[in-house]
Amino acid sequence: MMVNEALALSAVLFIIGVIGVLTHRNAIIIFMCVELMLNAVNLSFVAFSRLYGVTGQVFVVFVMTVAAAEAAVGLAIIISIFRHKQSVDLKNINLLKG
Amino acid sequence: MPNFFYQLHFYLFGLIAIACALAFVTRKSPVAAALWLVNTMFAIAALYVMMDAHFIGAIQVLVYAGAIMVVFLFVVMLLNLGHPDEISDVRGKWPRILAGFVGLAILAQIMAMARSSAPPSLVQAPDAVAIALRDDNAVGMIAKPLFTEHLLAFELTSLVLLVAIVGAVVLGKRRAAA
Repeated sequence: MMVNEALALSAVLFIIGVIGVLTHRNAIIIFMCVELMLNAVNLSFVAFSRLYGVTGQVFVVFVMTVAAAEAAVGLAIIISIFRHKQSVDLKNINLLKG
Repeated sequence: MPNFFYQLHFYLFGLIAIACALAFVTRKSPVAAALWLVNTMFAIAALYVMMDAHFIGAIQVLVYAGAIMVVFLFVVMLLNLGHPDEISDVRGKWPRILAGFVGLAILAQIMAMARSSAPPSLVQAPDAVAIALRDDNAVGMIAKPLFTEHLLAFELTSLVLLVAIVGAVVLGKRRAAA
């Protein structure tokens, strides 16, 4: 049923997202990489739903709702940071650095 | 056994998704990155439809490719960040090598986990989703468990959305000169 192929694709997309988070410094692009990782997880949910029943697709609806909420709040935080620092470069956002 | 055209299209959309995701992480301009990510999401939506999740595919196009990415592009334009040369975005050589190793480590972990198998009592009949799709069409098969078994989670989701709306307005509001 192509479940293994879908899971492999999901793993590859997730890792591309991880590498994007680790290699970029632009906060907005990092945020988009997180969205890519959420998409990869949704893909594996849908793939597993072919083995374990429709509940996997219900979970995808929940994940998408939380992702939408997270995007709204996260982008509001980025706008708020930009007002303070005039930048979204993570190099300039180091308040927690010792 | 899936037929040849099904497999061909599955691999085609999978390749499109991976290629667009690679193009997405290598872009420096946030606008170009966002548009490649929209491409990836469309390919994933096609895969959802091929895996008997038609409603999820439609929601993927509407919510992810439509709403969320438009919000991203809106913020990029609002903050006037569309010029990639103003910001040296990608980190140096060593963080990139480190990122490659972390990616390989996570891939190895996922492959190690893939060797385990779920208890057979959980596994349903191979055509369970197809039967649900036939009995209560594409929307009904998700709506029924969503509004019966998962009703509490559904109501809590509305609370999450309310908090997110209020939070976004409070965070985005321009404060009076302090």
